[in-house]
Amino acid sequence: MTIKKIWLITSLLAASFFISSSVLAEKTLLNVSYDPTRELYQEFNAAFAKYWQEKNNEKITVRQSHGGSGKQARSVIDGLEADVVTLALANDINAIAEKAKLLPEDWQKRLALNSTPYTSTIIFLVRKGNPKGIKDWDDLARAGVSVITPNPKTSGGAQWNYLAAWEYGKQRFGEDKVQEFVGNIYKNVPVLDSGARGSTTTFVERGVGDVFISWENEAFLALKEYGADKFEIVIPSLSILAEPPVTIVDKVVDKKGTRQVAEAYLQYLYSEEGQEIVAKHFYRPTHTKVAEKYAGKFPQIELFKIDDAFGGWKNAHKIHFADGGTFDQIYLK
Amino acid sequence: MYTFKQHSILPGFNLALGFTLLYLSLIVLIPLSAAFIRTAELTWPEFWSTVTTPRVLASYRLTFGASFAAACVNAVFGLLVAWVLVRYHFPGKKLVDALVDLPFALPTAVAGIALTALYAGNGWIGQFLEPLGVKVAFTPLGIFVALTFIGLPFVVRTVQPVLEDIETELEEAAATLGANRWQTFTRIIFPAIFPALMTGFALAFARAIGEYGSVIFIAGNMPMVSEITPLLIVTKLEQYDYAGATALSVVMLVISFILLLIINLLQWWSRRRNSAT
Repeated sequence: MTIKKIWLITSLLAASFFISSSVLAEKTLLNVSYDPTRELYQEFNAAFAKYWQEKNNEKITVRQSHGGSGKQARSVIDGLEADVVTLALANDINAIAEKAKLLPEDWQKRLALNSTPYTSTIIFLVRKGNPKGIKDWDDLARAGVSVITPNPKTSGGAQWNYLAAWEYGKQRFGEDKVQEFVGNIYKNVPVLDSGARGSTTTFVERGVGDVFISWENEAFLALKEYGADKFEIVIPSLSILAEPPVTIVDKVVDKKGTRQVAEAYLQYLYSEEGQEIVAKHFYRPTHTKVAEKYAGKFPQIELFKIDDAFGGWKNAHKIHFADGGTFDQIYLK
Repeated sequence: MYTFKQHSILPGFNLALGFTLLYLSLIVLIPLSAAFIRTAELTWPEFWSTVTTPRVLASYRLTFGASFAAACVNAVFGLLVAWVLVRYHFPGKKLVDALVDLPFALPTAVAGIALTALYAGNGWIGQFLEPLGVKVAFTPLGIFVALTFIGLPFVVRTVQPVLEDIETELEEAAATLGANRWQTFTRIIFPAIFPALMTGFALAFARAIGEYGSVIFIAGNMPMVSEITPLLIVTKLEQYDYAGATALSVVMLVISFILLLIINLLQWWSRRRNSAT
């Protein structure tokens, strides 16, 4: 091959790359989300594309990105051009607002229900027959029980796990004993994966651990994918109402000119069709009609809110997950 | 002694030097200095307390300890592999030779997942080790296994060409002069390949210190027990603590640089001693 030929091919390749990216840029949305929402948004994105096509006669492709919630927020801060973020907890979106100023600090007031179109909670997944007889949070602190949960420093889901255990300990054993109680649970953890999906793999595929503290949707998904003959779901007496919020990233949508479609995308999550998909993927719908329809699908648990029990995310993060917080203290005596 | 410009058969010394400096700056120096600048956001006491917390100290011990152990094992067995590949002829030798490079080419995450699947309690190898009380996956031992895996080609590929260059006449001469096999090896062959072996060792060691992808899957990542320093850096980043993360990387850089310098000195010393005798 002559040098001329190589030049020609390279420049053609480069040209086609630029052309295709500029054409695509007008018609794509990027949804940056957390770990276990892959399947949900795959279906939801296809449904939204169809809805948008019918309504506005315009083709739209929604791309999705998944990973630990904290890591995803950091990618957006570092310049990943997300049109919408749908993360595991409000604090990660707060970080985007504070560190990169890509959206206003009061973003959570913009959409209904604290910008939370669906909720979830934290439950347990155990091996078939529940050989260790696990019924509630206090069983996780027993000696000889091996517990799987991700690292709360890197996983949004794991922070919900931690706070749920903390609140149970506080109500059951009182303020002075709670730290010891949570510490005992984490002493039973043999592997700290960095994200919820990693922990699912450790528990399900590697066969490590007796109980997996999991997102409700992730536990149901594992049950569906791997069969109810291998695992069982255990519902604790008390758990946390997990509110994974959604929002548009103002600076990005204004730059790309996608504000209208991005807003419609999030609104569609609240619609009856969107909520049907949400419920199908084991997230708890907030739409009254859909919620009633699927009420039997979700177990009844006493749920508490983070705002009531911990005074909001900022406070909870400072006390428990910041460097030197209660989580660090478990491992450093 | 040294002159700045030496005449050589290849023209364009100035151009080549300029290019070398520019290239090294772009690829190596600028990114590294960015790490140092980011650290400058911290005051000295802040920097010191960040890099000396018990959890961080434990991770240094683990990272450097496991890397050192893995590099040592690779030095021994990598030498053996190189020896077999150079000195013996057997069917499928080309295939084995190609296999050695696989750890280079395989994405490290794939290596980590594969090793974890093998060594976990329900894995092919793990199911036999677990009853014996040996846990590999999710322990520091698993980290050592992963680091050994990724370090192997460095030793083999640096020792192999040197071994090929050693003339067998030297060994024959030693034999005729009455040296036994052990003496021939320790007096003739080993000194000749020692510098190359040290280079291979240093490369494997340096690579292991920086390794992240394959380790996090098999390590278990427990604070104080099986948490490597690169993981702590990533954890800090995920908490938006950029200055803290770069502080840790600066410490790793400095330690690695000192260690590599020592190894280079050792090599230089052995070469000099070798040529003097």
